[in-house]
Amino acid sequence: MQAEHLEIIDFLRRYPPFNELPEEALARVAANIDVSYFKAGTQILEFDQEVDAWYVIRSGAVEVYRRNGDLYNRLSEGGYFGEFGLLRENRVRFPIVALEDTLAYLIPAPIFKELFEQYENFADFVEVEDRSRLRQTVARREDANELLTSSIEVLIGRAPVTIETGSTVREAAMRMSNEGVSSLLIVHPPGSSQDSESCMAGMITDRDLRNRVVAKGLSYDTPVTEIMTAELIHAEHNQLVFEAMLAMLQHNVHHLPILKHGTPVGVIALSDIIRYESQNSLFVVSRIFRANSVEELSTLEGEVRSCFSRMVHEDANSKMIGRAMAVIGRSFKQRLLELAEEKFGPPPVPYCFLALGSMARQEQLIVTDQDHAMVLDNSYDPMKHDAYFLQLAQFVSDGLAACGYTYCKGEIMATTPKWRQPLRVWERYFDEWIDDPTPQTLLNSFIFFDLDGVWGKTEWADHLSRYIAHKAQRNARFLACMARNALLRTPPLGFFKEFVMEPSGQQTQSIDMKRRGTAPLADLIRVHALAVGSVARNSFDRLEDVIAADILPQGRGQDLRDALEFISMVRIRHQALDLDAGQEPDNKIEPENLSDFERKNLKDAFQILSSAQKFLKYRYQASRIG
Amino acid sequence: MFYLSKKQLMEEELPAGHRSPDWPTRLAQLAEQARNPSLKAFYQAGVVAAGTPISEVPLVAMDFETTGIDASRDEIVSIGLVCMTLDRIRMSESRHWILKPRADLRDESVVIHGITHSEVESAPDLTRIREQLLETLAGRVVVVHHKGIERRFLDAALKRRIGEGIEFPCIDTMELEARLHRRKPGGLLDKLFGQKPRVSIRLPESRERYHLPHYPAHNALTDALSCAELLQAQVAHRFSPDTPVSTLWS
Repeated sequence: MQAEHLEIIDFLRRYPPFNELPEEALARVAANIDVSYFKAGTQILEFDQEVDAWYVIRSGAVEVYRRNGDLYNRLSEGGYFGEFGLLRENRVRFPIVALEDTLAYLIPAPIFKELFEQYENFADFVEVEDRSRLRQTVARREDANELLTSSIEVLIGRAPVTIETGSTVREAAMRMSNEGVSSLLIVHPPGSSQDSESCMAGMITDRDLRNRVVAKGLSYDTPVTEIMTAELIHAEHNQLVFEAMLAMLQHNVHHLPILKHGTPVGVIALSDIIRYESQNSLFVVSRIFRANSVEELSTLEGEVRSCFSRMVHEDANSKMIGRAMAVIGRSFKQRLLELAEEKFGPPPVPYCFLALGSMARQEQLIVTDQDHAMVLDNSYDPMKHDAYFLQLAQFVSDGLAACGYTYCKGEIMATTPKWRQPLRVWERYFDEWIDDPTPQTLLNSFIFFDLDGVWGKTEWADHLSRYIAHKAQRNARFLACMARNALLRTPPLGFFKEFVMEPSGQQTQSIDMKRRGTAPLADLIRVHALAVGSVARNSFDRLEDVIAADILPQGRGQDLRDALEFISMVRIRHQALDLDAGQEPDNKIEPENLSDFERKNLKDAFQILSSAQKFLKYRYQASRIG
Repeated sequence: MFYLSKKQLMEEELPAGHRSPDWPTRLAQLAEQARNPSLKAFYQAGVVAAGTPISEVPLVAMDFETTGIDASRDEIVSIGLVCMTLDRIRMSESRHWILKPRADLRDESVVIHGITHSEVESAPDLTRIREQLLETLAGRVVVVHHKGIERRFLDAALKRRIGEGIEFPCIDTMELEARLHRRKPGGLLDKLFGQKPRVSIRLPESRERYHLPHYPAHNALTDALSCAELLQAQVAHRFSPDTPVSTLWS
């Protein structure tokens, strides 16, 4: 007679991956289980020992070790081990010791393999390759918001309709009617020599014909080049739909040419994409530019927060959220500077206002302080001009504080005289920091090397970025120092019950996801980016340059991308949860608030970070470079 | 498992010292005397030698649900069996039978084991599964919690049906617990397990002391599993895999 093993089935049903299995599979598992008891301290599995079953912890806890004796993990009730060995020649890869008195359910190898082959979800969950589990998780999320994370290419319906620069307004209008389009690209005739790489000269739209030709009473024989918009805002074919939207809103244009290697491949209209933006995260940006005082700006803090929450609920990815928050932060600075210039008059010499750190990397979240600086024209004379720029800096800094961006505790703000200097002084700073690094200047490099021009002579910011990239790439000693500093913050090992577990075996109550996760990842990606001369600022973009330069072992770049995405999203989601609960969001997470799913994937992500740090250390050893 | 109250357990006569019967010899004698063929086959399968290390002994954990606690009057309503060794308890070699008792299924026992009148109406009599039962027990040492119940009830039930009773070697996990707690107070083990002068040696409380999980009681199969796990834990903590089986059986 078939015995019914109710107690075992009830237990299994409570834990993933068994909760995904149908009843008959659970019954089959329960009817074939072996049970073993292990006193605390017992070696349950030894390295290279033959393994004939998959172990599920019914009660108690075990420690999982690496071959070299390092602690790898702790598992408690519902945890499992042995799958690694079962799927690899039935030899134990990770030795196991009972941490507490432990009762284990042993699922015989043939039954385990049957489940693994028959049930895809089950196999995905227990998948031996940690990194591929994280890959699947991130990929699944990518599928879930395909439209928002797609590149613009998917929206291009047809090749752009163009006309050559020699044409008249009438010819242009006829072309538009015949083709049934509301915009027309004006291109240089083939073979004509141009300074710019692009063959695109400008664009006209229906609205331009109305406003610039008909309303002004111009002749229809007017050359089209006279009424077109030159200096077009455009997007690259591989940018995200979301980024294109932001660009259009920020510059108040309704048509956006898309370029691929300098050649227009299409034009998208705001109406093409606006339907994908169900909520008004961009509305905040336009509100910022319409605000007429610091008081008005400061009332928008709540909107920024709800915009953040909405994006999280709409399953936006971390790149979109980081970018949207950075664009909002940037818009605040721009509007404050506009207001400041209205108040104090035009600047006596040109300047560029820089955003630094996470905002420059477009990885800003809602819990953030203000990091900024000012680059002044080389003709700047402190005696004559500094009073003006100090006023300006003070106005922006106080304004930002009023809008929820707290003052930087490290004084990394344009109000600090040292960070309000002419371009040549900035170049000298960077020379010193790179040629002769000290502990303090290394910390500066971490912050200032992520710089973005927000206002004024933004080309100076690009110049400084290239200056840094060019100089740092050639300085092995500097890179070694940066690498060493990037290893100061390490990830934990994982989670055990309601604790965060450290590699030393110590357990703590909560984890700072920024300090232990996203920050060390951004730090190590920055070192690689400097080494390959990348001028990208966003960590994901930097990773792409690093991957293209082929300095990472095969597949590790993708792993890092997945790890950064997952850790960032956990951090973001928990901040959104705090906001929803009416609490002040922070970067701390208590393990009891993490789902099983988050715990598993976070552990994998931490593992990836930890191995990436080992690789960093190896690659940039001072002695090795010598 | 029919759980006795604390008071009943206190009054239960426990042997003052451990007597270890010579089971191989006793089973050989019984094989000679037995008339019923399946019983004779059971005895002929014999049992391991007294000096065999417990880790090498084929075992079977067994539990009964009964209509009451008086073996002369009450009957078995379900049997749970799980074959095991010290290393592994094998659910793939487990049995669970609901039986139709010849005694009345009294309401107070229904409350305990949850087996209802309608369930036992369609169940077989012990006679129908006797052969299978004895085949599973043959050659193995039986593991029970409180042998008083399983030994007496099986003996009495067989007597009623084939006119012959049964004797078999048992490891009684309750008796192993009792040995520990009958030591003089203040000993190391008392300290380890708390200084209460009288410690409950019932199955759930005994399991708790070894950090075994809580199982819902009064399903014969779950109770047999429960008892099997307890033996593994007792040997892990207090004996060793090399302990001769004669130290444990009675």
